[in-house]
Amino acid sequence: MPEELNVLEHELVPEHHLLSEKDSEKVLKDLKLTKDQLPKIRLGDPAVRVLDAIAGPVEEGMIVKIVRKSLTSGVSVCYRLVIRG
Amino acid sequence: MMVTGVTKRISAIKFAHLSPDEIRKMSATKIITADTYDDDGFPIDMGLMDPHLGVIEPGLRCKTCGKKVDECPGHFGHIDLAMPVIHVGYVKEIKRLLQSTCRSCGRLLLTGEQAEEYRKQRDKMEEFGADSTDTGNVAKETARDAAARTTCPHCSTVQLKITLDKPTTFREEGHKLTPKEVRERLERIPDTDMISLGMDPTVSRPEWMVLTALPVPPVTVRPSITLDSGDRSEDDVTHKLVDVLRINQRLRENRDAGAPQLIVEDLWELLQYHVTTYFDNQTSGIPPARHRSGRPLKTLVQRLKGKEGRFRSNLSGKRVNFSARTVISPDPMLSINEVGVPVEAARELTVPIHVTERNLDKAKEMCKRGPIPPGPDYQPGVNYVIRSDGRRIKVTDKNAETVSETIEPGYVVERHLMDGDIVLFNRQPSLHRMSIMAHEVRVMPYKTFRFNLCVCPPYNADFDGDEMNLHVLQSEEARAEAKVLMRVQEHILSPRMGAPVIGAIHDHITGSFLLTFKDSKFTREETLKIIEKIGEVKLPKPKVVGGVDYWTGKQLFGLILPQGLHMTFKASICQKCQTCLKEKCEHDGFVVIRHGRLITGTIDEKALGAFKGKIVDKLARDYGPDIARHFIDRATKLAIGAIMIRGFTTGIDDEDIPDQAKREIDDAMTQARMKVEEHVQAYRRGELEQMPGRSLEETLEVEIMKVLGKARDTAGQIAGRHLGLENSAVIMARSGARGSMLNLSQMAGAIGQQAVRGERLSRGYWNRTLPHFQKGDLGSEARGFVRNCYKSGLTPTEYFFHSMGGREGLVDTAVRTSRSGYMQRRLINALEDLKVMPDGSVRNTAGTIIQFTYGEDGIDPMRSVGGDPVDVDDIILTVLGDQGELIAKVQEKGALSYGIQDRDLMETPTDEGGETEQEEPEFESGGAGEEQ
Repeated sequence: MPEELNVLEHELVPEHHLLSEKDSEKVLKDLKLTKDQLPKIRLGDPAVRVLDAIAGPVEEGMIVKIVRKSLTSGVSVCYRLVIRG
Repeated sequence: MMVTGVTKRISAIKFAHLSPDEIRKMSATKIITADTYDDDGFPIDMGLMDPHLGVIEPGLRCKTCGKKVDECPGHFGHIDLAMPVIHVGYVKEIKRLLQSTCRSCGRLLLTGEQAEEYRKQRDKMEEFGADSTDTGNVAKETARDAAARTTCPHCSTVQLKITLDKPTTFREEGHKLTPKEVRERLERIPDTDMISLGMDPTVSRPEWMVLTALPVPPVTVRPSITLDSGDRSEDDVTHKLVDVLRINQRLRENRDAGAPQLIVEDLWELLQYHVTTYFDNQTSGIPPARHRSGRPLKTLVQRLKGKEGRFRSNLSGKRVNFSARTVISPDPMLSINEVGVPVEAARELTVPIHVTERNLDKAKEMCKRGPIPPGPDYQPGVNYVIRSDGRRIKVTDKNAETVSETIEPGYVVERHLMDGDIVLFNRQPSLHRMSIMAHEVRVMPYKTFRFNLCVCPPYNADFDGDEMNLHVLQSEEARAEAKVLMRVQEHILSPRMGAPVIGAIHDHITGSFLLTFKDSKFTREETLKIIEKIGEVKLPKPKVVGGVDYWTGKQLFGLILPQGLHMTFKASICQKCQTCLKEKCEHDGFVVIRHGRLITGTIDEKALGAFKGKIVDKLARDYGPDIARHFIDRATKLAIGAIMIRGFTTGIDDEDIPDQAKREIDDAMTQARMKVEEHVQAYRRGELEQMPGRSLEETLEVEIMKVLGKARDTAGQIAGRHLGLENSAVIMARSGARGSMLNLSQMAGAIGQQAVRGERLSRGYWNRTLPHFQKGDLGSEARGFVRNCYKSGLTPTEYFFHSMGGREGLVDTAVRTSRSGYMQRRLINALEDLKVMPDGSVRNTAGTIIQFTYGEDGIDPMRSVGGDPVDVDDIILTVLGDQGELIAKVQEKGALSYGIQDRDLMETPTDEGGETEQEEPEFESGGAGEEQ
């Protein structure tokens, strides 16, 4: 079987990090948000599948932190809630 | 008084089905007869126009609630259907339910655990903020999973395949299911399984999707119209209900009389047809019900759907009062904040004045003038007075005096528009926020709306017959808000990229060019004529030449610049020389402004123009909208003054070139033709060298295009040698006022190759474009090269080719506008509920995050410098001040270090070069579009 491509290594794919339970809570508290208000990312998303392989099982309800390079602000951080699909 | 604040808040909306019981319960009367009115013209009881259903004739009272027209909301009636029929709006749901439940026990075709699994999944999704579309999808998935089963896990019955014969017939392995059977099956589905299938059994049951009773809408929903002849004309919905009633009646009679099964079934199907078309007359698969005249009936769905439907036309869009529309025309003497309103319109549009003790006398005086105040000067009168009890009194010439006496605090006086009123001004299509801006009224004679030409670009207006709308604000809050947020001066900078959208166009640019180019001089008389309109200014010391006082245009322009302004930039006429001579530029293209004085350089499009004007940009950004507006107003007047002193015109003789030049162009063209011929010969002989990645034919085309492109440029250059800056057309092109040098070279030199889809013309006849040429001719004139110029005129074949190219341009614009319009509609529908919250995040109305920080950087593009948050160059310039040498060095350094920024994602308006020119057809409503 050919080795699967790690999409996270592609330069056009932003960094994805899986947050621990503790970190997730902290993020939600800092942003004064509830889980349902976060943008979503699907379990079937290629980036999430890679995360699942390297950072342990990803489950519905976990939060992924995404760090992108931005032309205007250098770095921009956002969070997404993992949902089914 | 008005109620303020939120008294009730909607937390949720739930939709459910009407049960037959509910339909009967809310019904004011049962409808049994298909007749509407009796011979005397009175509505028949238990007919479709039963007076229990509401009132439509004034003077009568409703038999249900006893109220009059406009007070009675109307009441529903109902029809008891002889046999159940399927509701077309729900066939999809019915199909899904039938397929996913057991044909004998009615339970969901999934084991308890499986169903539980799906339900848990949905709960989890709801917890994470899923909406009804998402949960609906899970319900659909559940149903699909269940439908795949062939035997019921509960009673082991073998399931048969159910298909839908559009639009309303269900079949089970070919055997037809009657609506009655369908209804019985739906009745068997237990409540618990309904939850899994995405329905709330507490409010709706699936069998209600098969109708046994039909609600009859109130007469107010389907009013009949009395024609001039005295005949009554009924609404389409009433007509359809008559059909339903007739067939229903016949079906009942036949069934009760024990008619043959075949006849009953036929009538049943007919009833189904009528009920279906009553809901939706455009159901695919059945012919639409027609009016006697052959026009298809407009039934319920048609009333709601589409652009002319209830939602888009009546609920999202409303017609308004206090508005006016007329032709627009220019007036450079108005401020950009103003709009000229014709007297006739001002007398019709009113502003409500709430009378208090303090404005009582003024209100009385205004009212005394009546609706048409006398006198040569415009004075606002009053059209209506509204008393404290809400009664409106029309003010006329006769009663003006007496009404005026009765006015007391608490009254509202609707006075005419007057100078300084805030109104909204709009031109369709309203594509961006600058399409509706607030202006101050100036009441003027004649019949058009007038405004400053600098406001044309944001509205995308011209004066070839354009009309615009004007709306008068009716409340103090609205006026205050409009003045702060919507005034024209607040929109000088565009939210698109932070560059000005309001600025000089056409003659203003030509005017300022003529004023400031090189050392233009004006005598005392001329100077006074130019500056008389710009208000009080202190004239600088005149230059004395031959004993006469002169002022230079640069001195005059300096008068309207703010005291401390420092700027350095290159003008539009800059020739982009290899080495820039800076202040000593021989074309006067290097603009230097120090202490608010124009030292060198010409003021043209780069300084004042809309989209590009650097001075306007800087003033709006650093000095605020007030100063910027003042500057634009005065620059307009200066430019117009200057252009009127010199006079300015252009005609076809501006493109005259000497015979010698014409011969040169002719030679160049002949040479190019021969060169093309050589290429073709080489190709025929097979000697043409193939380019990498291209076929031989493509190579030939590329080569030929290259030669012909060069030929046109050469022609342009030859012509350009004889077109100097003393030429009006050249002044316009070079200063950026209108037209380009390419346009000029096409007029004076040669038009060049015509293209369709980016290729030389090749289609038309067999292997040739026109029958004037040999088959297979690849030469320049056979494939759409126009060697003539517009001035010399085109040969018939050239003219034909030119039309082909022009037609493509027209088609492209037509296609583009319709496509971009639809795209914009979809974008707006998707983005309309987003807003930036106080914490900088972008959210929708549900409170879910769209962006954590607006635009990922929190930058307002309107206040950015071409997309960047800070203008570093400008800061350096400010800090180092007037040290010209240093600035130059810093800028050179800056060019080195900032030059390599990768900003390919953004088009910066500060970028050099006129290549980013606005795409704009030269003759908008004319015909022949210019090719590029």
